[in-house]
Amino acid sequence: MSSAEVLKEESMVLQKKMLGEHFDTLSKSRENGRKVVYTFVPGNLNELILAFDLLPVHPEVNALQSGMRKLSGDYIQEAEKHGHSEDVCTYVKCDIGMLKKGNIGPTGEKLPPPDLLLLSYTGCFTFMKWFELLKQEYGCPVVMLQVPYQADGRITASQRAFVARQLRDVVVPALEQVSGKKLDEDRLRELLASSARAEDDLVHVWESAKHKPSPIDAYFGGVYYIGPIFTAFRGLPVCEQYYRSLRSEVDYRIAHGMGPTTPEGELRQQKYRIVIEGPPNWTSFREFWKIFSDEGVVMVASTYTKVGGLYEQGFRHDPDHPFETLAEYCLGCYTNRSLPTRVDILAKYVEEYEADGVLFNSIKSCNSFSAGQLMMLRELEKRTGKAGAFIESDLVDPRYFNAANIKNRLESYFQMLEAKRQAA
Amino acid sequence: MDTQPLIDRCERLYRDIDLGYVQAWKQRTGGKAIGHLPVYVPRELIHAAGLLPVGIMGGGDDVEIIRGDAYFQSYICHLPRSTVELGLAGKLDCLDGMLFPAICDVIRNLSGMWQMMFPDKYTKYLDFPQTFNDAGREFYRLEMAELLLELEGLSGIRATPERLNRSITLYNANRRALAALYDLRAAEPHRIPTSELYLLQRAGNVLEVSEHTAMLHEYLAAARVSHRPQRDNVRVVATGLFCEQPPLSMVRAMENSGCYIVDDDWVLGARYQLGDTPVGDNPLAAIVDAYMNGTVATATRYVEGDDKGAFLVEQVRRRHAEGVIFAAASFCDPALLDRPMGQKALAEAGIPYTAFTYSENTGQVQVIKEQAGTFADSIKLWGAVS
Repeated sequence: MSSAEVLKEESMVLQKKMLGEHFDTLSKSRENGRKVVYTFVPGNLNELILAFDLLPVHPEVNALQSGMRKLSGDYIQEAEKHGHSEDVCTYVKCDIGMLKKGNIGPTGEKLPPPDLLLLSYTGCFTFMKWFELLKQEYGCPVVMLQVPYQADGRITASQRAFVARQLRDVVVPALEQVSGKKLDEDRLRELLASSARAEDDLVHVWESAKHKPSPIDAYFGGVYYIGPIFTAFRGLPVCEQYYRSLRSEVDYRIAHGMGPTTPEGELRQQKYRIVIEGPPNWTSFREFWKIFSDEGVVMVASTYTKVGGLYEQGFRHDPDHPFETLAEYCLGCYTNRSLPTRVDILAKYVEEYEADGVLFNSIKSCNSFSAGQLMMLRELEKRTGKAGAFIESDLVDPRYFNAANIKNRLESYFQMLEAKRQAA
Repeated sequence: MDTQPLIDRCERLYRDIDLGYVQAWKQRTGGKAIGHLPVYVPRELIHAAGLLPVGIMGGGDDVEIIRGDAYFQSYICHLPRSTVELGLAGKLDCLDGMLFPAICDVIRNLSGMWQMMFPDKYTKYLDFPQTFNDAGREFYRLEMAELLLELEGLSGIRATPERLNRSITLYNANRRALAALYDLRAAEPHRIPTSELYLLQRAGNVLEVSEHTAMLHEYLAAARVSHRPQRDNVRVVATGLFCEQPPLSMVRAMENSGCYIVDDDWVLGARYQLGDTPVGDNPLAAIVDAYMNGTVATATRYVEGDDKGAFLVEQVRRRHAEGVIFAAASFCDPALLDRPMGQKALAEAGIPYTAFTYSENTGQVQVIKEQAGTFADSIKLWGAVS
């Protein structure tokens, strides 16, 4: 399959259209009287936001898109000029820098300011500071949903009750106030039921990587697959349509023994199957991907694509228990899991997806992911007997992507995988 | 009275990475000890369950990091790597468990590492409420009840209301003694060198609370009548040092740079709570309320509403400080993300500030001394910006 044909894939065309329409709606929100809620991807309450007919904006998504469009470097330096440290999260600085430079969104249109900051404090301490900073910039109200950490590897009854109670007592009243509407629980149930149907299809897509050859790249392709369901569309018919379409394409590839689509075309020769932990680098995304596709490496499972939900473990939004299911969703996101649980998840991926190794892309500005990864790597090598590798880059700071260094490390790693294979 | 022997003892305790005091206490009493990381844990609960709370604040500048660096990337702060070093070197073996309060993502993940490194030791991550409403209060109450139950299981001692009230009383007395020292230092900073106050506080990380309170009173009585020369120093508040601690040499360098530090946020746990916890029929609820109703506004605690930075400005005013030093540990997310907001509030209030980063094993403190000294000189020359 050529890259020209890739552009014709229905799901990709549909996602591009969905995003374009969303940002267009956002740019016209003021003239159309629509209210805007800024919120984060992990533990997002999209169904609840949509039930109030509010428009969500996700600052991390704006930042990663700025990274892919090579704008993030300037934005980060702009934030640093305003006193933000070199040491902290570059998503935050990219967002602040973008705001200082006019808040122009990914489609070139100005993003509206928030009417409410919905702080879903899930799995990342920095989220809390980020919205404290935005509160100072925008002067709008903030509503906090605190999601406790699954330190013991399980959701406790008190954690679930705490989150559900906050949703009822704090978040819903705040959304009612900003939207001027009362919550329509039937509408919320409809949205949640739709989410569950899309989630079924997404799980089918993830699990397709158990096939050989894998019809998907669960990381470089996976970041596109999570776009609709992790952001503004989960709960909408168009989201269901996207995942039905994606599922059909994947099934077609399985039926025809085809590999995933890369920027250079179909990945036919799959030499190594890798499980990957950590977010990608966005500023050199294609270059990063090419290092792998050139070597015939396919990512069969990734943890980054689970930051907005670990659906393959069985969770589905449950329309019969709207607040409890939203609570469970927030509590279950990947970065809200303890380190031993994260090791368990990765070890299971290695086994179930018959991976040749595990790669950690350690992100300088994301301590939620990165702190402890070196120990996770040791544990995984011990438990699975598979070779691991560790590279370092950053989310959207181009100063921390050293292509030559990363390529050298990875080439050595692939040689090691080959040697292990020969020795086996 | 000569306070030097007392301060010398504090420094020995501070430098004793083998926790000799804790080992002796355990041998003497037959009790167990629980370590805890910064910033805050309710030590009353640990004490009431018959355990010795031991504050672990990394390894400082006395610990050579051999194994700890292999566990963390270069962009992670220093405290977790020295804590791992201490753990792997067996220096924390006398601790029967470890508490990891919710400070940041690094310490949160360190709790999981600890579970994997020391599977036979009691390890607990403490999630604190960031929502200061009824839901947060109920969550915190359940968290504390669970913690207490686990501590009782560890010690075999039931924390009855009587025991809890006694512990509350002892920690109230400790907080008051410390507050008196801070007040005296703010009023007459030449009487209490900051490096001595710092060492006194660090001693509280290991000493049994009554012994520590007695030590504070002894020092306070001596300090009130001490005869130390008063210098033409600038009065500053130091902030951002709530977790990874500065080396003692840095504390000394700051105070020898022409600054009187009249308030700070290091070794913050003992001063985290504002005011006493009342004794009464439901002491657990009182401990929960004390947390929910009034603590310092440090970077690890969510600030609702529009008053971000207000606590710092008020601290400057209350202590009649002339400026603020933002000193943050390198790669400390909470301190560094918080800093621009604090600086904005100060700028709006016309209060000058300077900023630098450090790590617990910073060896070259001369640069820090020069920066603090230049800051002090600039205030003397030009005063506060308006």
